[in-house]
Amino acid sequence: MAVTLPLAVAVALVSIFTQPGGNVLVQIGPLEATLEGLDFAAQVVLRLFVTAAALTLFGMTTAPRAFIVDLERRRFSPRLAFAVGALLETVPLVIARARTVRDAQRARGLYTEGGFLRRVAAIVPLVGPVVIGSLHQVEARSLALDARAFGRPGPRHMLWVPHDSAFERLARWLLILGLAAIAAGVSVGLLPGLP
Amino acid sequence: MLELRSVAYRYPGYRRPALDGIDLTVRDGEIVGIVGPNEAGKSTLCLVASVLAPASIGGELTGDVLLDGMSVRGQRPHEIAGRVGIVFGSPTSQLSGITGTVLEEVALGPVNLGLSVAATVARSRAALEALGIESLAERAPDRLSGGQTQLVAIAAMLAMGSRHLVLDEPTAELDPEGRQLVGDALGGLAGSGTAVLIAEQDLGLLSSICTRLVAIDGGRLVFDLPIADGLRDRRLVDLGVARQAVPA
Repeated sequence: MAVTLPLAVAVALVSIFTQPGGNVLVQIGPLEATLEGLDFAAQVVLRLFVTAAALTLFGMTTAPRAFIVDLERRRFSPRLAFAVGALLETVPLVIARARTVRDAQRARGLYTEGGFLRRVAAIVPLVGPVVIGSLHQVEARSLALDARAFGRPGPRHMLWVPHDSAFERLARWLLILGLAAIAAGVSVGLLPGLP
Repeated sequence: MLELRSVAYRYPGYRRPALDGIDLTVRDGEIVGIVGPNEAGKSTLCLVASVLAPASIGGELTGDVLLDGMSVRGQRPHEIAGRVGIVFGSPTSQLSGITGTVLEEVALGPVNLGLSVAATVARSRAALEALGIESLAERAPDRLSGGQTQLVAIAAMLAMGSRHLVLDEPTAELDPEGRQLVGDALGGLAGSGTAVLIAEQDLGLLSSICTRLVAIDGGRLVFDLPIADGLRDRRLVDLGVARQAVPA
């Protein structure tokens, strides 16, 4: 929500004031907020929140470790599985690194409190150490994995596989069938399509 | 036995070699320490000795790297994995980050080699036992101390079956207790016949475990001496590695 809300506000403002239309609600200088823009903004923001909610639900219900093992079990490339899993794990690691760098910069006199502009300005000296540090870590991990035959082609015998109950399998099939039914309903006109 | 013969190495995009004219042999059961100032080429030497340079990071290698007398030039990382292992200085960044227990973390390499589950578990437990950390098997890797994490990283290499081990400043982020743990573990490994090459700033640690000391500077060998002679050599002071030479 902390990321989605500011993004949604920005997207909504741009959408409201840039979408052409005949029903002008408010005029601020050369910018016109139209009813059509408001309608468009509502759709975009709704999609944004639905996407964010889906990703959040995925992150909260799926352990990266189980996800990676399951991808490998299904014969996906270990590199692809690791890349996906690492992506899931990267966000908290980058946040932790950013906090460390921020604390170090504060100790050296960087102001990170105050108004919006001051906070934005305080991000600049954090970006370099966080990005470079993360890249170094990725490189070290990549080399360490190479030394452990990570790139070897061929099947692997996994030590464990995530528990996959009959209920979970049934739920997955129902979701797939539901998605197919919605797609079919839209294509034959029984359900409204996306504008 | 790990051998480097007339090795020169240049990183991709660089004209100047990071290593030049390196001849070095680490026999089975021997621990050879590498010292040198910053930018001397210690880490590069470790990468070349472990064949990750150029196999994984690119660049140009001349000369030859041999494991037990056989050249490994031109081989890919997964073809070398299991014959030579490398441990880096940062304990946390070399763990996979995708395993739930120490046993799984150590087992990742054998799993990648395609071993059966029984063989993977046997190798992993044997590696943990060899380092005296079998009690950590069910612990979460991200809940270990720095010294324990470094031992897990070493165990992960042993589980691959590596009889040649290269370590790049393995105690750089460890407290004295962690250094002691790693030092004891390396002594035990050498005792069982593993050839160990270790780049390290801590002369005290090197003096307690190494049989030979190698100094490099500017990518070139400065000396290769028995440990006692190396620690007494004035050139250590000139290189800024020691404040004063050990008295004869």
